[in-house]
Amino acid sequence: MNKPFAVLPLHDSVCQPPTATQLVVDRGFRGLCHLGVFLILLLVVALVVEIGGKAVPGMQKYGTGFIAGTVWDPNQLQYGILPAIWGTLYSSLLALLIGGFFGVMMAIFLTQDFLPPRLAAVFRTIIELLAAIPSVVYGLWGIFVVIPAIRPLADWLHQTLGWLPFFKSSLSGPGLLPAALVLAIMILPTIAAVSQDALRAVPLKTKQAAYGMGATHWEAILKVMLPTAATGIFGALVLGLGRALGETMALAMLVGNSNQISLSLFSPANTLAALLALNFPEAGPAEVEVLMYASLVLMLITLVVNLVGSSIMLMSQQGAK
Amino acid sequence: MKLRSATVGAIFAGLTLLLPGVQAQTPAASEAPNVLTGAGATFPAPLYKKWIAAYRKVDPAVVLDYKAVGSGEGVKRFLADSVDFGASDAALSDEQIAAAPRGAVLVPATAGMIALVYNLPGLNGPLQLRRDTYAALLMGRIPRWNDARIQATNPGLNLPDREIVLVARLDSSGTTYALANHLSAASTQWRDRGPGTGKTVSWAAGTMLVRGNEGVAARVKMTVGSIGYVEFGFAKHLGLPVARLENKEGRYVAPAAGVGEATLAANLARIPANLRVFIPDPDGAGAYPIVSLTWLLLKERYTDQAKAQALKRFVNWGLQEGQNMSSEMGFIRLPGDLIVRSQAALGMVN
Repeated sequence: MNKPFAVLPLHDSVCQPPTATQLVVDRGFRGLCHLGVFLILLLVVALVVEIGGKAVPGMQKYGTGFIAGTVWDPNQLQYGILPAIWGTLYSSLLALLIGGFFGVMMAIFLTQDFLPPRLAAVFRTIIELLAAIPSVVYGLWGIFVVIPAIRPLADWLHQTLGWLPFFKSSLSGPGLLPAALVLAIMILPTIAAVSQDALRAVPLKTKQAAYGMGATHWEAILKVMLPTAATGIFGALVLGLGRALGETMALAMLVGNSNQISLSLFSPANTLAALLALNFPEAGPAEVEVLMYASLVLMLITLVVNLVGSSIMLMSQQGAK
Repeated sequence: MKLRSATVGAIFAGLTLLLPGVQAQTPAASEAPNVLTGAGATFPAPLYKKWIAAYRKVDPAVVLDYKAVGSGEGVKRFLADSVDFGASDAALSDEQIAAAPRGAVLVPATAGMIALVYNLPGLNGPLQLRRDTYAALLMGRIPRWNDARIQATNPGLNLPDREIVLVARLDSSGTTYALANHLSAASTQWRDRGPGTGKTVSWAAGTMLVRGNEGVAARVKMTVGSIGYVEFGFAKHLGLPVARLENKEGRYVAPAAGVGEATLAANLARIPANLRVFIPDPDGAGAYPIVSLTWLLLKERYTDQAKAQALKRFVNWGLQEGQNMSSEMGFIRLPGDLIVRSQAALGMVN
């Protein structure tokens, strides 16, 4: 018996042992997959090593004061990125709040039998098209459409509710709110698409069982479908947040590029990605190490967001069991 | 559905495929005998680009390429010998000239007025600013437009109760240098307790920082209640209102065609022989207070003689024919005396 598989004497069977070619192809494919995974890991490690290595001099020079500092002034060799960290988190969370709400609503609307399937497919395509629009177009659209459109409302809010810290300053043009609104639209397709997949993955039986027990359409959606798909929808939100944190071009155009920490939705702010994009073109060696340090911080923030996201998902999965 | 997004992807892929096609033609063009590359100030960039376009008709064999990257970066590239010519609104210092690998010849090519541009919709007239007021304003010490200090010189204006948003340059800039240089001369506050002089200075917290003259102009255009500084041509191009500033003799002058020429002509005597002058605070009743020359940076010794000769012909053309284009674009036509001196400097290029 030196054959790899025992051949059973069945005359009318279509089963056969794999041929030598099939075995080779199988092994080859597996090797290729391993290589792919290995290359991705290598790429991430290389990125971290490269950025980290270049950031080390900056880290030694500025230490934690870099993260806690609020002044960015190359003239006096003062570098602090707290305003940029603040702006990054503030704009991303705001965008997640808006984009997440509408994204999940859209996913429900498109998967829970509100529309005939063909029409739903058309809407889905339109939402996916949003993901194909270049960032710079979003930026221009923000400047020429969003800012003028929200200005009357922003002025009114500032005048009547100006005592609230959120409306403390008036909207002069580029600022946190227009940036967050455009960002929300940019992360919408991601959130909507992944949430739809999560909702569609719920077995039909579950929904039918809910109807069978006398649940209304909305009861079935809110009390059965959404909780069942919660893990996937949460994953969609984490993905969206990750994208919002790293978005650069549109934000560089819309956020106002002003280093200050303010709760006000209307004041100009800055984000880490915008800071990097605007300062890199003519950075000297002294500035490159500082910017590398800042990109390391941005990577760390994204990493923490993803870790927190996946651990919450893990916990909710275990809780469900 | 998948198919449609694939189609969209294909369209974009097709668009990006066009780009290498465009770039592939550039090496073919560089086979022409004279491709001259330059980089530097954004302040004269519109004029230089117009010169380059017009010069193509004069001498089709010479291809010029000017990148508006800011004075600081332009000087850096010139000193690193990575361009054929540089451009800066701040003249080189002695150390920089000594550090130039192939020597440096500074040729004043044009001049401009630095305008304070603002965005106040519905304002019923031009803004007038006293010297100490615009210094304080640019230091971020005046919070709102209806401040008493601004109202004092603008009694008839309906100044709004709005925050003042400053727009300044992020990159190392000759325009910033000229402005800061003037303010240091005009205001002791600015010089001693403010940002001082430099191609980058420290701005107040909350200042919007953007790249290039065009960046500042565009940002002011879209930001209500903002004020920034640009070369007058950029203000003219975007139709931005400019403030009338108080000059050394206490008169309020707005930048306009002719004003810059008169200012330069009245201060010619103050320009030293080496042409590396900054007139921080020009004399004369009709003078606009913030003017700056802008320099082309040429090398004393070029390795490629054909290149050197082509560049010299171009600059010489710019100093003669080119000056006719400056006024309409918001730049200052150089006075004849200065042109003669510029041409003499050009003679030092070999």
